[in-house]
Amino acid sequence: MAGQGRADPRPLSPHLQIWKWHWTMAGSIFHRVSGVGLYGGAFLIGAWLIALATGPEAYAFVEAIVFSLPGQIVLFLWSMAVLYHFANGLRHLIWDGPMIGFSPGVASLWSMFNFAFAIIGAAVIWSLASFY
Amino acid sequence: MTTSAKSVRGLGSAGTGTQHHIRQRVTALALLFLVPWFLYSIIHACKAGYEGALTWAAQPLNAILLILTLSAALYHMRLGMQVVIEDYIAKSGTRQALLILNTFAVIALAAATILSVLKIWFTAGA
Repeated sequence: MAGQGRADPRPLSPHLQIWKWHWTMAGSIFHRVSGVGLYGGAFLIGAWLIALATGPEAYAFVEAIVFSLPGQIVLFLWSMAVLYHFANGLRHLIWDGPMIGFSPGVASLWSMFNFAFAIIGAAVIWSLASFY
Repeated sequence: MTTSAKSVRGLGSAGTGTQHHIRQRVTALALLFLVPWFLYSIIHACKAGYEGALTWAAQPLNAILLILTLSAALYHMRLGMQVVIEDYIAKSGTRQALLILNTFAVIALAAATILSVLKIWFTAGA
């Protein structure tokens, strides 16, 4: 982290430890964290799709994992990551396109909203999916 | 204290990246529409069991949207992971290896999943 072993001595971004946490910073970090999580999730969805194309035995094997407790936990985390990355990604597009929402107050509120959207949205989708 | 220009020359922006940035946004724009469809569909497909999921994936519109979702999402995530690797992996050899692995892994996943959709589609009527 401190620059040892760098290929070239480019400047480093400020170290996390010396920054006071605030909403927009958390929002940015979790955008990346959720993105990396979804990268892994894409391979799991891929496995589901490949199993579906392979046949009933392969599908039953994957289905058993998906509906097991660890599978459901991973799926719930995945759904939160999708909703968070979606909401915060939309915010990035609004920053880049119409270029609105940059003032500190609005930006912080928007970050809070995105976290709330991910948690509440996942809960709503899961309850709808289980009752339907 | 030295302020010689030669110590900083060549350490600034690489001068490339605009295309990467634009592609990231364009795939994001596509996913803005495809992801809500995908979430809605995957829940129904998952709950319908093997036969139900197969019927769902075999419908032309679903197969087309699945391939579009896969293409946009996989391209988007390759670009994203590339930036993560470039940001955190300092060692040149490891960095190059991971960047190549990222590309290979995503293309392999794209090939396997898109072929799966096509297989389901083509064998549905048979």
